[in-house]
Amino acid sequence: PRSPRAPAAPAFSVSEIKNKQRRHFMFLRWKQQQRKEKLAAKKKRRKEREALGDKAPPKPIPKTLENQRVYDETTVDPNDEEVAFDEATDEFAPYFNRQTLPKILITTSDRPRGRTVRFCEQLATVIPNSHVYYRRGLALKRIIPQCIARDFTDLIVINEDRKIPNGLVLSHLPDGPTAHFRMSSVRLRKEIKRKGKEPTEHTPEVILNNFTTRLGHSVGRMLASLFPHDPQFIGRQVATFHNQRDYIFFRFHRYIFKSEKKVGIQELGPRFTLKLRSLQKGTFDSKFGEYEWIHKRREMDTSRRKFHL
Amino acid sequence: SPQIVWSMLGNRQFCSYKMTTKTQNFCRNEYNLTGLCNRSSCPLANSQYATIREEKGRCYLYMKTIERAAFPRRLWERVLLNKNYEKALEQIDENLIYWPRFIRHKCKQRFTKITQYLIRIRKLTLKRQRKLVPLRRKIERREKRREEKALIAAQLDNAIEKELLERLKQDTYGDIYNFPIHAFDKALQQQEAESESESDAEREEEDEEDVDKREFVEAEDSDLSDFEDMDKLETSSEEEQEEEEEVEKKALHSKSKGKTPLKGPARRKRPYIEIEYEEETEPTTKTKAA
Repeated sequence: PRSPRAPAAPAFSVSEIKNKQRRHFMFLRWKQQQRKEKLAAKKKRRKEREALGDKAPPKPIPKTLENQRVYDETTVDPNDEEVAFDEATDEFAPYFNRQTLPKILITTSDRPRGRTVRFCEQLATVIPNSHVYYRRGLALKRIIPQCIARDFTDLIVINEDRKIPNGLVLSHLPDGPTAHFRMSSVRLRKEIKRKGKEPTEHTPEVILNNFTTRLGHSVGRMLASLFPHDPQFIGRQVATFHNQRDYIFFRFHRYIFKSEKKVGIQELGPRFTLKLRSLQKGTFDSKFGEYEWIHKRREMDTSRRKFHL
Repeated sequence: SPQIVWSMLGNRQFCSYKMTTKTQNFCRNEYNLTGLCNRSSCPLANSQYATIREEKGRCYLYMKTIERAAFPRRLWERVLLNKNYEKALEQIDENLIYWPRFIRHKCKQRFTKITQYLIRIRKLTLKRQRKLVPLRRKIERREKRREEKALIAAQLDNAIEKELLERLKQDTYGDIYNFPIHAFDKALQQQEAESESESDAEREEEDEEDVDKREFVEAEDSDLSDFEDMDKLETSSEEEQEEEEEVEKKALHSKSKGKTPLKGPARRKRPYIEIEYEEETEPTTKTKAA
């Protein structure tokens, strides 16, 4: 039988062999060869490094997605005046000036199943001054004016699918923006390993990480406005919204400073991740609302290195 | 004739509209009045027949008579019924006058049912409608994978710890956490700044002489003056700390049950650490600073 072991020079490619077994075998051999070459190159490089000693050039930084991220023109510069002015006059200004205290209504879609109900309850313990109400088939358009009348500042609707929560609509009430998130990897308190006791009534601190662009900034402010602006440090609780590659991870911890340079954190409370789907200017209105940002898959997901938040 | 048709289709031979189930026979013919397979309800086996059908929200009365049995295209006569329920009933009566009671009755029943479900449809469309959005498997998988990778890249614990330590450094917590080393370093830096500003020239000259005298001079200064200061600091800070520690201990005890596996030893050490650092490490830090 012919054994196609010709050297690489005459246009020989592993993928052209018709016989699967043989093709697989040749591919494995090729892979082994590649690995050997790579190892040899590494060793050589290391020897050169050691030989040079102090004069060796610094190690090259590995490329990560964060390094390679396509520069977004709407990235917020901390000293930007325009942004500061915008933030002083947008809907969250009264909150950040400590004029209003957040009061939050948490509800679900119709007929919530056990997991969603428990998640809502836990969320209500995490966010101070929040109330859970069952939906019972009421239309959101009618709920919203009632909420505004009763002085609620935010409305959270947790959408459910097949007994697990999978969406979150966060609406700032007196005419504020509405954000629609897709929620994933929801872990209830009992599913978290090595957790502490339940969160106490103290207002937690808020950490917002990595919200760089204008859009991210506004989403971050929205999330921060759920919690009262003055945290009680006695409680030593912290709620974190960490944005990484357009995924917002929510965690709730209790921290303790073991020494000056060391802090220990212990996770309590539920955890979930959010991905922004759309941001609307007014309150929740799916048909006639004015969308500030919608995630359009065809246009926005083309590059692996481009993130929007 | 209809009897022959029925004897064939109804019982013995095959009727393509007939659906049998365990308890009943159904008729799938669209012109059927009741939906069951009966001698009186079969549109094929009755030469005089009438039905009600609705199209796009409007109801029609369909009639079939023997005279038109030879013309399949003109077989079914169609009458549009009035939107008003009572007027439509009158219309049915008027069109089916002298027809067998059974057909008239069933027509009216069917018409009632149809109007009722049309009303229901109109009511439901006003309420909220659930929109079903299909999931795309490839996209779901892609999102899941990216989320996992983002989670690993995020290194959440480290990020949170770093942020908390930064906040501690920037004094957002104020006086709650009184780490003596921290405070003492600050005090030292202040003293150094003062002494430097006062006696820069003298220090430069006295450098060589200080080689032998250093220990002596500094020991006196540090022991006496600093101890005085530290006493004042100690008493005041200790009082504050004791109060705070009591408050915190109580709070800690209430929370400690769930935390003992991780935080037990650290928790018990905490009050001790502060006292020890105050008393023992002072001289060491002083000599190092020198």
